[in-house]
Amino acid sequence: MAGDTIVMTGVGLTSPIGDDLATYRKNLLAGVSGVTWIEPRYMDRVPAGVCNFEATRYQKRKEVRRGTRAGSISIYCAREAFADAGLEMATLDRSRVGVFVGTTEHGNVETECEIANIKEFDYDTRYWTHHHNPRTVSNSPAGEVCLNMGIHGPHLCVGSACAAGNAGVIYGMQQLILGDVDVAICGGVSESIHTFGVFAGFRAQTALAMHEDPTKACRPFDQDRTGIVVSEGGCLYVLERRRDAEARGAKIYAEVAGYALNTDATDFVLPNAERQAECMTLAIQRAGMTPDDIDLISTHATATREGDIRECEAIRRVFGDEPKPLINNTKSFIGHAMGAAGALELAGNLPTFVDDLVHPTINLDHIDPACELPGIVSGEPCEAKGARCILNSSFGMLGINAALVVKRP
Amino acid sequence: MTQDETRQAILDIIAEIAPDEDLRNLDDDRLLSDQFGLDSMDFLDIVLELRKRYQINVPEDEYPRLQTMSSTVEYLQPHFASA
Repeated sequence: MAGDTIVMTGVGLTSPIGDDLATYRKNLLAGVSGVTWIEPRYMDRVPAGVCNFEATRYQKRKEVRRGTRAGSISIYCAREAFADAGLEMATLDRSRVGVFVGTTEHGNVETECEIANIKEFDYDTRYWTHHHNPRTVSNSPAGEVCLNMGIHGPHLCVGSACAAGNAGVIYGMQQLILGDVDVAICGGVSESIHTFGVFAGFRAQTALAMHEDPTKACRPFDQDRTGIVVSEGGCLYVLERRRDAEARGAKIYAEVAGYALNTDATDFVLPNAERQAECMTLAIQRAGMTPDDIDLISTHATATREGDIRECEAIRRVFGDEPKPLINNTKSFIGHAMGAAGALELAGNLPTFVDDLVHPTINLDHIDPACELPGIVSGEPCEAKGARCILNSSFGMLGINAALVVKRP
Repeated sequence: MTQDETRQAILDIIAEIAPDEDLRNLDDDRLLSDQFGLDSMDFLDIVLELRKRYQINVPEDEYPRLQTMSSTVEYLQPHFASA
């Protein structure tokens, strides 16, 4: 890409298997699932990924009460990323810091809670909370981060279904390339496990996973998969221009070498392998690379039949019938963290540049023949000495595709 | 409800709205906003909780009566007495 090179200098995350990168990576290498049972409002138990980060580490209890769960996740991740990057607000121009939070949806949780609340009062809307609108405006999670940290630059949520984690990173890097900010806090979050509607919607689509053992419920590429495990999560990065990061001696996790966003325009729900392949190809081209340069593909596969098969088809279109890169999937551990998925899945793989290992896909007992790709790392981690480049894919409803190529710093 | 019970009922609501604050040193004659950093949204929470918990409706032009603990108790006492 022309112009400035953008690097990742901080990672803040919460996931069902860890609230910091080191713990998360340790559990990914150890094959630990974070999926458990929850009971959404009005529903029987379902498998889901639940986060247990300490919200009051960075928020007063009043802020937690007034704000939203998505806001708490965003604040936790943003503050962790910022500290990890070694930045201090006192030494920065607050108007040159931006916050770009990818979200799959926002406001369902708060709306469902208020409807349940006024049900107790015979649906008398005089009992509806005055907090409803500030909680549910679509910039709310990113705005909460700015309120909490005193950031005066641009903030917004990047609404992009389950491609949101990648889309948030892309928006942040574009703001840096444009020169509108000097520091971008960006990635994605999801609080969707607190809305029954997301579970009931997937169930109505016959796309909700079920298994007697919740840790085995999320089974991408497996013949016996039953669908999606919805999860909570968040992952925000600190992105900077390489020259700024190097000038202050920052630790660099990776360079964001290429990106692409495109649209299927074929269906509300069903993916389109041709467009997905074009998205991956464009990201690789923008990185100045060819498919041969990619060492690892971090897949989106959500463990739906259509989704998994079409993504594998897209990979073959880009990499040939016998793709050379290693391939893994993080959802098999944590479920589908929706708006956080792309960002969290990339974060789990970034340590490859340090430990030369690739974490596996778990719960892959009987591979679907249509998903049989030679590079899939299954069950146990494998070595990837000197791996230089990772392709991270995310796809969402309404045919939105987002791909990132990151390379060893 | 006695005056003390009315005061306690209001205190319980403030404790929920301002969970980080130590309410033991509350000065009944000082502005609640000054003592606990309550803003207009917090006062709307007090109004909403009075409606939810005690079916007391405070009309908008009477919101200024809720500025201190003393004025709030004085204003609400007749409502609580009839509740």
